[in-house]
Amino acid sequence: MANMMYWEAIRRAHDEEMANDPLVICMGEDIGVAGGTYKATQGLYDKYGAERVIDTPISENGYTGIGIGASFVGVRAIIEIMSVNFAWLAMDQIFNSAAKVRYMSGGQLTSPVVIRSPGGTAHQLGAQHSARMEKVFMGIAGLRVVTPSSPKQAYGLLKSAVRCNDPVFINEHELMYNMKGEVPDTEFFHPLEGSEVVRQGKDITLFGYNISVHWCLQAADILAKNHGIDAEIVDLFSLSPLDRVGIAESVSKTHHAVIVEEAEAPVGVGSEVMAIINEECFFDLDAAPVRVSSANVPQPYNHKLELAAIPNKDNVVDAVVKLLGKS
Amino acid sequence: MNAADKKRLLKEMLYARRFEERCYEAYVDRKIGGFLHLYPGQEACAHGVLEAARPGEDHVITGYRDHVHAIKCGADPKEVMAELFGKETGSSKGRGGSMHIFDVKHHFYGGYALVGGPFPLAAGLAKGIKMKGGDQIAICFLGDAANNQGTFHESLNISALWKLPVLYVCENNLYGIGTRIDRSTAVTEQYKRVCGYDIPADQVDGQDIEIVYKAAQKAVKHVRSGKGPYFLELMTYRYRGHSMSDSNAYRSKDEEADWSKRDPILILKNRLIKAGEYTEAEHKKLDKKIIDEIENDVIKFAEESPEPKVEELEKYVLAENDPYVCAENVRGEQQ
Repeated sequence: MANMMYWEAIRRAHDEEMANDPLVICMGEDIGVAGGTYKATQGLYDKYGAERVIDTPISENGYTGIGIGASFVGVRAIIEIMSVNFAWLAMDQIFNSAAKVRYMSGGQLTSPVVIRSPGGTAHQLGAQHSARMEKVFMGIAGLRVVTPSSPKQAYGLLKSAVRCNDPVFINEHELMYNMKGEVPDTEFFHPLEGSEVVRQGKDITLFGYNISVHWCLQAADILAKNHGIDAEIVDLFSLSPLDRVGIAESVSKTHHAVIVEEAEAPVGVGSEVMAIINEECFFDLDAAPVRVSSANVPQPYNHKLELAAIPNKDNVVDAVVKLLGKS
Repeated sequence: MNAADKKRLLKEMLYARRFEERCYEAYVDRKIGGFLHLYPGQEACAHGVLEAARPGEDHVITGYRDHVHAIKCGADPKEVMAELFGKETGSSKGRGGSMHIFDVKHHFYGGYALVGGPFPLAAGLAKGIKMKGGDQIAICFLGDAANNQGTFHESLNISALWKLPVLYVCENNLYGIGTRIDRSTAVTEQYKRVCGYDIPADQVDGQDIEIVYKAAQKAVKHVRSGKGPYFLELMTYRYRGHSMSDSNAYRSKDEEADWSKRDPILILKNRLIKAGEYTEAEHKKLDKKIIDEIENDVIKFAEESPEPKVEELEKYVLAENDPYVCAENVRGEQQ
């Protein structure tokens, strides 16, 4: 086991996949000579050259479409979109080309492209650099959406995304690139579907993904210590498809659910998980599920307002305590 | 181009014309649904350019007016018609429809319904060709109105910068849906817009297949030799509306009559007759044969083919049994 940072894990996955297959390329803004805004491709330009580690112009829809077109003939492009806010500009190619081409060609053509992009609130980046877009991507048939909460997942999910024959969107987070964690020394592939119970518990299930898994972990410690509540935490690393079985299994056991997401609540992961709970295990519930999510506002610049807009561990603790009627 | 080639091209263009006209009838009969964009008037564009390339081998992509391009690449007209009829035997198994004809085995990478969408995809096909080391090229057929999308400029810039083997063919039919080009576009001559990207470009008559062929030969040679992209503007006209839901009210009858005098089939036919290579009687015979073939072969196949099964509604959304999806299958350490 090596202890490495999230960005190092992503970089290692790139490196191994590029070494494995000469048709694996990566492309994006500043990823080559500059090594990537978050260092995810550091050193690869020197190792693999400009034809495979490609600095693109600032033309998101254009270069994303090029990666998709190249994938039609066997190239495996890993596209980095510097901020998920810029991915809006590439939506046409992601939704209309990559996600739909298998279906509308009757299975003749597939787009095995990987699109990685960080979203979320970092440090006072304002409304146009702080959005969360996973809720948008997960609503599109034909596109897989995964979101790693640890260096190990970041490594293994990227490896599998490159090899998978479907287009995969990997939702990262700007605040997580320097997070450390154990990654196995031997090569491994993380399954693209499913969920992971990261903490066993009996009283309530906290559903999180990406950064919110960490708020859940912090909250679970406080709940155990201060309130005698034993929380189970389910990491929803696959947002599309969501793990219906895993969600129902945990709720059937704990009978209570809180869904924690950084995104604003409307039309989000929380609403989707609640719908699944209703459909799969409604009668196992002892109380109505609750969402912990951001205020429904464009992200403010002012730091105090920014912090007030997004959830944190204390909001999770409060929601659990209220839901269980304990204090 | 010898007389035999010209006669073959005349036959192909006439086939394309009759195929599209039969689509019109089938649409009126409600055998074909959705949106239907027909090609009559523009036949010399697809046929002239692809004749100068290697159809079936070069990678071709286009917009929603795609039936004829697919057939010229090698798609079976029966499968194209069956697709329009929404049948399981259709080229996209009835899941695509008129705007989404695909025939990947003949390197026809599809019809796309978002105007300008194929520009970057074509550049991507070219990037793939370049990486794999073949001498194929990518050919992107789109209309003039697509050039007002951002993808046009983004793709031209990147194609030129990376010297990608892609030929952009602009079939300038003077209208973007119902808006005439001078009302939508500051620079109406499209080849001029490309000079900002240092891409060689020509504008030629798109109604005379011999002129199209000659211009395309030059363009294809340039692209295939590794010198980067090329842009070819073909001046043409569509006889029907943008789609079947278009009444064509925005064009004058005089304008339509003028263009019908420059019909691509008429031009080639008259030239062959004048040269003593062909007769009016031969043409009538050929026309009848084509119409019969479309009826007895193509339409019959489409009519008699089965529809897709409702139980297979969700087939083709994602790859089936992809090994990297399930925990049981992935190699290495499990959670």
